[in-house]
Amino acid sequence: MNAVFLYALAGVGLVGLALHALIVHASLLRKILAFNFMGSGVFLTMVALARRAGGEHPDAVPQAMVITGIVVAVAATALALNLMLELGATTRDDVLPDDDRA
Amino acid sequence: MAMAAWSLDMPWSAVLIMLPLAAAMLGFVFPGRAKVLGLATSVLVVFAVVGLGYRIYLHGALQHSIGGWGAPLGIELYADGLSLAMLAITALLGLAVSVYSTAYFDRRQATRFWPLWMFLLAALNALFLSADIFNLYVTLELMGLSAVALVAQAGYREALTGAMRYLLAALLGSLLYLLGVALLYQGFGTLDLAMLEARVTPVPVVWAALGAVTVGMLLKTALFPLHFWLPSAHTAAPSPVSALLSGLVVKASFYILVRYWVGVFGDLDTAVDTMLGLLGAIAVVWGSLQALRQQRLKLLVAYSTVAQIGYLFLAFPLVAAGATMAWQAVVYLALSHALAKGGLFLAVGNLQRFEGHDRILDFDRVVQRLPLTAGAIALAGASIMGLPPSGGFIGKWLLLEAALLQQRWDLVMVILLGGLLAAAYIFKILGYAFTPASGPQPTHSVPRRMEWAALSLGFAAVVMGFLAMPVLILLGIGAPFDSGWSGP
Repeated sequence: MNAVFLYALAGVGLVGLALHALIVHASLLRKILAFNFMGSGVFLTMVALARRAGGEHPDAVPQAMVITGIVVAVAATALALNLMLELGATTRDDVLPDDDRA
Repeated sequence: MAMAAWSLDMPWSAVLIMLPLAAAMLGFVFPGRAKVLGLATSVLVVFAVVGLGYRIYLHGALQHSIGGWGAPLGIELYADGLSLAMLAITALLGLAVSVYSTAYFDRRQATRFWPLWMFLLAALNALFLSADIFNLYVTLELMGLSAVALVAQAGYREALTGAMRYLLAALLGSLLYLLGVALLYQGFGTLDLAMLEARVTPVPVVWAALGAVTVGMLLKTALFPLHFWLPSAHTAAPSPVSALLSGLVVKASFYILVRYWVGVFGDLDTAVDTMLGLLGAIAVVWGSLQALRQQRLKLLVAYSTVAQIGYLFLAFPLVAAGATMAWQAVVYLALSHALAKGGLFLAVGNLQRFEGHDRILDFDRVVQRLPLTAGAIALAGASIMGLPPSGGFIGKWLLLEAALLQQRWDLVMVILLGGLLAAAYIFKILGYAFTPASGPQPTHSVPRRMEWAALSLGFAAVVMGFLAMPVLILLGIGAPFDSGWSGP
C-alpha cells in the first residue's frame, strides 16, 4: 500500500518474531531481549499509524504513548535484568527451573 | 455543613492516587519512617474513599480532569459505582494488610516492603479510576512491576524464580494489551472507553484488538490454562503480599476485562464468551482438585485462588445470553473473595509463624493454641465455600440464579461442584488444625494484631453477606453494567 503500512506491518512482524523467541528460548537473557523486541514492534506500529491518522502533521497522541511506553519498558527491563542477576547468583544458571513448586 | 462542603470540593480521586505515591517515594528517601508513612497512608486512603463515596452518593458518577487538562492529551479520572466498590475493597484489605505488616516484617524487610506496597496501592487506585485505555496500560505496568518486586523481596531461591516467572507472564500480558490499545486507537481515533464504545463497529481491527486485550488480561488474571505462574508466585511471596496478590492484583485485570466486555466488545457477536465460560468451568474444577491434593497450606490456598477466578469467568456466556445480572454476581463474588482470601492468607502467615512451617499434616492443635487464627480460617473458609450468610454465598447465589434463568444446567453443576470441592479443601485445613501432631514441636509467638487483622478480614467476608442490597445499589451508580455506558 504505502510506506506507512509497511512500517506498521514490520512492527507486527517484530511482535510475532519476539513471541516466537520468547517461547522457544529457555535462556532468561534471551527472553528479556525478546520483550524488548516486542516492545519495539508495538512502538513501531504506533508511530507508523500516527502518521496515517492525520493529514500533514502526524497525530501527537500515539507519540506521547510511545514515549511513555519506552519509559515503562526501560523500568521493566531494569527490574528483569536485576532479577536475572540475583537468580543467577543463587542458582548459577540462566534458565528457570522446570518445577520448583514442591 | 461547612465540613460537608469542604469534603465535596476535595478532588478525592486525585488524592487517592497522590497520597500513596507520595508515601512510596518518601518511604524510599526516609527508610526509617517508611512504616509510619505506610500505615498512616492506609488509614487516610480509607477516609478518601469515604469522601469520594459520599460525593458519588450525592451526585452520581464523577469525572475529574487532572490539572484541568482534559482528553485527549490530559488525564481524566472517572469513578462510578463499580470503581467505588473496587476502591473500597482495596482500602479495607489494604488497611488490614498494613496493620498486619507492622508486626510481620523485621526492620530490614520493612524498608523494602512499605515503599513497594505504597506503589502497588497507588497503581491499584489509579487503575480503578482510569477511563482511558492507555492510562489503564500504565497503571497495569506500575501494578505488575511493584507486585513482582514484592514477591522477589524475600530473596531466597523460590521467591526469585516465582517472581521471574510472574514477571515474564505480566510483561507478556501488558505488551499484548498495549498492542490492543494501538489497534483500537488506529481504528477509532480515541482512547476513551466510553467514546470507543460509541464508535466501535465490527471490523477486522476490533477482532484483533479483542484477541490481544483479552489474552493479555487472561494471562494477568491467571485463568486456566494461563495460571502457570500464579501458584509459585503467590506461595513464595511473604504472606501479607500473597494476600494482596490473590485479593486485589488478579481482580484488577479482571476489572479491566469487565470494562471492555461491557462496553467496547459488548455488542460483538462472538464465540469467545462461550470459550471463556468453558475455561472458567475447567478452572473451577481443576483448581479445586489441585488445591485438595496439596500438602503445603500456602499452595492449597493459591490453587483455591485459581479455582475461584474460574467462577468470575462463568459470567461471560451468561451475559452473552442476556443475563446482565451475572456481571453484578461475579463482581460481588470478586469483592467477597478479596476479603476472604486476604484473611485466609494472613491466617496462613500466622500458622507459618507459629509452627515454623506450613505442612498441613504436621499442624498441632492449632485451634486451642491460636483460636483467633482458627476463627479467621473458619469465617473466610465459609465465604469461599459459599455457606450462608457470607458474601461468597450471595455472589454464588446470584450467579446460580442467572444460570438457572438461562437454563444452563452445565454451569449450575459446575457452581455446585465447586462449592463442594471448596468445602473439602477448607475442612482439610480445619481438620488437621484440631488434631495433635505426632511429636511435640517448637512454636513461636504470634503478635496479637496479626491474629486480629486476619480475623477482621474473615469477619468482613461474612458481613458482606448481610450487605447484599447496599452493595448492589452501590454497583448500580452510573450504570457501569449497562451496555451503552454513559461515561464522561
